[in-house]
Amino acid sequence: APIPVTRVDETAVYQMEVIPSYSSSAMSEAVVPDAMMPPAAGSLYGEKAGGPVVDFSYVGIDAILEQMRRKAMKQGFELNIMVVGQSGLGKSTLMNTLFKSKVSRKSVLAAAQEKIPKTIEIKSISHDIEEKGVRMKLTVIDTPGFGDQINNENCWQPIMKFINDQYEAYLQEEININRKKRIPDSRVHCCIYFIPPTGHCLRPLDVEFMRRLSKVVNIVPVIAKADTLTLEERDFFKKKIREELRANGIDVYPQKEFDEDAEDRMINEKIREMIPFAVVGSDQEYQVNGRRLLGRKTKWGTIEVENIAHCEFAYLRDLLIRTHMQNIKDITSSIHYEMYRVRRLNENNTVVAHANGIPEHHLAAHEM
Amino acid sequence: VFQNDMITYSARAVPLSGHVGFDSMPDQLVNKSVNHGFCFNILCVGETGLGKSTLMDTLFNTKFEGEPTQHNQPGVQLKSNTYELQESNVRLKLTVVNTVGFGDQINKEDSYKSIVEFIDAQFEAYLQEELKIKRTLHSYHDTRIHACLYFIAPTGHSLKSLDLVTMKKLDSKVNIIPIIAKSDAISKSELTKFKIKITSELVSNGVQIYQFPTDDETVAEINSTMNGHLPFAVVGSTEEVKIGNKMVKARQYPWGTVQVENENHCDFVKLREMLIRVNMEDLREQTHTRHYELYRRCKLEEMGFKDTDPDSKPFSLQETYEAKRNEFMSELQKKEEEMRQMFVQRVKEKEAELKEAEKELHEKFDRLKKLHQDEKKKLEDKKKALDDELNMFKQKKTAAELLQNQAQQAGGSTTLKRDKERKK
Repeated sequence: APIPVTRVDETAVYQMEVIPSYSSSAMSEAVVPDAMMPPAAGSLYGEKAGGPVVDFSYVGIDAILEQMRRKAMKQGFELNIMVVGQSGLGKSTLMNTLFKSKVSRKSVLAAAQEKIPKTIEIKSISHDIEEKGVRMKLTVIDTPGFGDQINNENCWQPIMKFINDQYEAYLQEEININRKKRIPDSRVHCCIYFIPPTGHCLRPLDVEFMRRLSKVVNIVPVIAKADTLTLEERDFFKKKIREELRANGIDVYPQKEFDEDAEDRMINEKIREMIPFAVVGSDQEYQVNGRRLLGRKTKWGTIEVENIAHCEFAYLRDLLIRTHMQNIKDITSSIHYEMYRVRRLNENNTVVAHANGIPEHHLAAHEM
Repeated sequence: VFQNDMITYSARAVPLSGHVGFDSMPDQLVNKSVNHGFCFNILCVGETGLGKSTLMDTLFNTKFEGEPTQHNQPGVQLKSNTYELQESNVRLKLTVVNTVGFGDQINKEDSYKSIVEFIDAQFEAYLQEELKIKRTLHSYHDTRIHACLYFIAPTGHSLKSLDLVTMKKLDSKVNIIPIIAKSDAISKSELTKFKIKITSELVSNGVQIYQFPTDDETVAEINSTMNGHLPFAVVGSTEEVKIGNKMVKARQYPWGTVQVENENHCDFVKLREMLIRVNMEDLREQTHTRHYELYRRCKLEEMGFKDTDPDSKPFSLQETYEAKRNEFMSELQKKEEEMRQMFVQRVKEKEAELKEAEKELHEKFDRLKKLHQDEKKKLEDKKKALDDELNMFKQKKTAAELLQNQAQQAGGSTTLKRDKERKK
């Protein structure tokens, strides 16, 4: 029977009472719901497998969730992470720990590249990884040489340029007449910045870098090699860093201004209170209490990487991979990329025009 | 000099030594979409009275508003209504567009035009948004038509030429799903023949209808089976009838009851399954990646854009589009100016002509006036002359009378009197 309707302006809001015939996935962190039943094919009402008898008022709109899931599984995902920090801070190890495999460049190439380069280089490496049927193309972008020179002025420039080059490549593809069905996404989704564990405060290099880059990319600052800090030193250091970030107007991920609603804000506030994460990386397993765990073995004990009492690696992993990965990509595409696009499209029309002394609209027409 | 190089091991599958957790990505993606809500737009094309509105009501299990339209529409109009539906945690913004007055005119040559224009207008709106410099694509309300249900009248014979023409015009712009409306008017044997005839006519006329996708193994089987059942023969009804101990949607006749959701009676369940439960997302994707891209490509090429070579800078399509439009407008303005000049010129000429004529008239008037005056003078002179003559005559007469009186005084007899009287 039709249900009373509330008319809102021109659209009517209908509430249908529905008993879904299969469970739709609730938002859970690391669990893929199994037994996701697609609607039984061609069957009569009332005989949907695995669920209660369906009310005739069931339309089946929520089946679109399953359809989307299928499409996502088929297409796979892309993720591009950049790691920035002085050499020796454990960037490669952390990447390997995060993705539980040898994804960093150092692991892949021969060990001949141990020397610190004379200039900053940007080197990326891509892998196809798969977990429970979900395929991902992971690209790790390394920045050897950052912060290693005596004079580090403008060391953020090549990194800025790289990030902007990726935006440019995407923009070029997007404005083609004949476009690809799926534009390959090489844009940097997330930049992990490694802060050396001095215990005192941020260095001018850190502040400068984060100040500039936070405007074009999502920055996730981490305290590297945190096993050299005691818990008190760590808390003090973190507080100091947060103060300095605030004082310099640096907005790191998750940015306050992009919180969508109260629920988002609540979750993100908790995260903001914990950054920067104090991490320890390791790709070696040790026996601890009868279990094999990733850790670092020292004479005074074994640091368990995934133990939140020891370090905050698990929080970082959860944030980056298990809960906020989609959000990180969304902010990159709908905010950072859009800002780049606006800037680029505006500047092209004015810069080129002024260069030739021709008024804008004539030039634009003749450009064709 | 800063170095930059990229190594890709695309085929390299790296084994994971433990659970990483990115298998939650599909969940993250789905959750984002749930928060955002979904959009689905259906266009119903068919003659008045084929049960389009009833079918929509039946499909979505609600009574959408509206009364049946009249048959005397002067042309085909498209009326669209948007509704917000919710089922468990999924919010759907459903837009149903109806062709009002389709097939009612005596001359139906242009019937398809307003439909094509409508579809193109939605593509255009999206294109404009996409070309904007400051754009908000993720919160844009997508009005592009995702599915077009084409209602075929249940004649039992073949497609009407209007149907063929319209579908041919629409097949490259929208996903067409043909359905046989009010199919309870056809018997089962006739229905099979009808379906075969329709399918063969569509094929022989090269009409591309939407094929349910068979590339994903999960749904390949059911989709390919359903592809064989097209066009779906449907019956719609929002009235419920008691069958056994259940209330079912049905149409009740004296000779029996047609149950809408009974697959032996009609293909309604198949349509709902295909349209909503299995392929809604694919319909949306096809609209965006195939039909919209085609429109965009054609439109941009038509406006004279070409793909730039890698060296040149990207330009803002929006700006260039505006620039071209401005150019066009200035052309128009120039033409307008020219026309105005010509008009002014002509007016001047005419004015000069008229002035000439006026001058002539004045001259004529003066001439005539002079003539008149001359005439008048002549007459006056003549009059004077005559007056003078008259006066002279009067004087002579008075003088003569005076002489006679004097003569009478002297003789004084009746004979004079008699003479006088005789003289008188």
